[in-house]
Amino acid sequence: MNEQQRIRRERLRWHSRRALLELDLVMRRFWQSQPELLDDLQAEQLECLLAMEDHDLWELLSGRQEPADPALQGMVALLRQPTGF
Amino acid sequence: MITVRKFDAVIVGAGGAGLRAAIQLSEAGLKTAVLSKVFPTRSHTVAAQGGVAASLGNSEEDHWHWHMYDTVKGSDWLGDQDAIEFMCRKANEVVIELEHYGMPFDRLDNGRIYQRPFGGHMSNFGEKPVRRSCAAADRTGHAMLHAMYQRNIKANTQFFVEWLALDLIRDAEGDVLGVTAMEMETGDLYAFHAKATIFATGGAGRIYYSSTNAFINTGDGAGMAARAGIPLEDMEFWQFHPTGVAGAGVLITEGVRGEGGILRNSQGERFMERYAPNAKDLASRDVVSRAMVTEINEGRGCGPNKDFVLLDITHLPPETIMKRLPGIHEIALQFAGVDALREPIPVVPTCHYQMGGIPTNFKGQVVVPGKRSQNEIVPGFYAAGECACASVHGANRLGTNSLLDLLVFGKSAGESAVDEMKQSPKPHKELPTDAFDRTLERLNRLNTQKDGASVHETQLAMQRSMQKHAGVFRFADLLKQGVQKILEVQKDVERTEIKDKSQVFNTARVEALELDNLIEVAVATMVSAEARKESRGAHVRDDAPDTPERPDGRDDVNWLKHSLWFKDENRLEYKSVNLRPLTVDTIALKKRAY
Repeated sequence: MNEQQRIRRERLRWHSRRALLELDLVMRRFWQSQPELLDDLQAEQLECLLAMEDHDLWELLSGRQEPADPALQGMVALLRQPTGF
Repeated sequence: MITVRKFDAVIVGAGGAGLRAAIQLSEAGLKTAVLSKVFPTRSHTVAAQGGVAASLGNSEEDHWHWHMYDTVKGSDWLGDQDAIEFMCRKANEVVIELEHYGMPFDRLDNGRIYQRPFGGHMSNFGEKPVRRSCAAADRTGHAMLHAMYQRNIKANTQFFVEWLALDLIRDAEGDVLGVTAMEMETGDLYAFHAKATIFATGGAGRIYYSSTNAFINTGDGAGMAARAGIPLEDMEFWQFHPTGVAGAGVLITEGVRGEGGILRNSQGERFMERYAPNAKDLASRDVVSRAMVTEINEGRGCGPNKDFVLLDITHLPPETIMKRLPGIHEIALQFAGVDALREPIPVVPTCHYQMGGIPTNFKGQVVVPGKRSQNEIVPGFYAAGECACASVHGANRLGTNSLLDLLVFGKSAGESAVDEMKQSPKPHKELPTDAFDRTLERLNRLNTQKDGASVHETQLAMQRSMQKHAGVFRFADLLKQGVQKILEVQKDVERTEIKDKSQVFNTARVEALELDNLIEVAVATMVSAEARKESRGAHVRDDAPDTPERPDGRDDVNWLKHSLWFKDENRLEYKSVNLRPLTVDTIALKKRAY
């Protein structure tokens, strides 16, 4: 991972700090289970999702809504995986 | 190197209180900076659903004096009655202002703001429930932040997003002259040199293991104030919500029990029948929370560690659950790994709201005990919202009074700062030569620490200690041990180590610096709770018996007073509660019963 990728990754990690605890927990689980696997395309998808409003993002991640953009489906599926906390 | 930037005012925190204060300052033409760790509309105010209390009387007769009575009673008489009168009288004004900012309140057919009832809000001095809460569907906090953010953009407020405030700057006379801060993008250090510094940093609910609070709620303002010699007031009072998902903390709304959800212990018993034969599972939050903790403490908890109880909705028709309780199925699945239609949900009482904080008067000015009075103003320093203690919530907060608190006191703090600057214009006071010392020492220590403690492990140790020793139901011996434990954890916080020393977007460093703030709040809570030998509001001790002289263990003779915890020597002082409202008669002490 070069410096630019590291910074992008850290920024995404910080943008995973949300207003709602529900999202904090889902994002923490994601970062704990996907330590090094984030490629550029995934990073881009994650950026799109994290730019959403919190309530809308929670609707998506809790499975009550599906993403409008099919390209985001893979990342949404990855974030959803319910394993208990 | 630290770059100094000058502003008329610097506000730390861009949730409801910070944004409201900023409107006041920027619209008065003052150069105003707002620092925030996250984008303003991602502040924790977003999570507030219930609404904002105001006695508009749109649906039925209401009066600010009735609202004041409810708030004093809710506070178990620990709230200051001048501040409570001020807040309740100002409620209509701040709600209407918000409407003018573009807040999309729910409406009645006649176009007026729709109001709904909420626990503890009554008409005619406690007679019957009244519709007082103004809401925007279940996204009140979110809509509020958007309306106020837009208003700030129009007023030219300067936002510094993803900046972490580090320490308060005070001079030898104790005046506050701004804050030091770090830009996360670069890791560069700055000083915001200001004539007015307003803290609106929210609560510190993350001191507990089980908390409904988002991860950003790390008590940054309280930590900075404590390190700069400002006491923290009434920190033993934390509101717990009975039904947080065990291990995760995510809130399960009271509506679940309203729809017929039942709490059960390890024997499958509906234990609330023993504690509240009439109201059962619908008894008030504190009664239910205490019953749950008693079941767990007496060995009737569930799971391998017997440390939670079960919320059972499996007897309800699935269509009722899906229709009336949207989202509960998803929450249970995501955070407990259970299908709530078939299995009960593990729940525990969960930390929800911080009643105490940085001591202020009703003008939002920070006050500390001095030679002349117990409430001497700290020049240049203001606080509002959950980080502050005005004190309107006293020992227990009423629902929908938190959004009101941040609007009224955010505005009031902004107004006081504007008045001070306009009425007696002065240049910026010179920064003292040691202005940056505390910040540089902290950062240098963190950067050079060898063989130190893990930030994650230390935070976990703090959270577990708080949960075990200063939870919803408190015991003398556990509190005593808790003080020792939390002081040991504090020693580890002083030697935390981070492996990543990089400058740019170093989230590990941010988390270590946040823990410095959390631990101040945790120590303040434990020490203040151990010392208060009575039960009042949210502080409930096993050794404070219910007697005719001390109903529910409340001891007005000895404990009708505010705690003030000072970091210096970990000492406590006390100050009297202001029982004199601004214009009306005192609301006399009596037993708090509903």
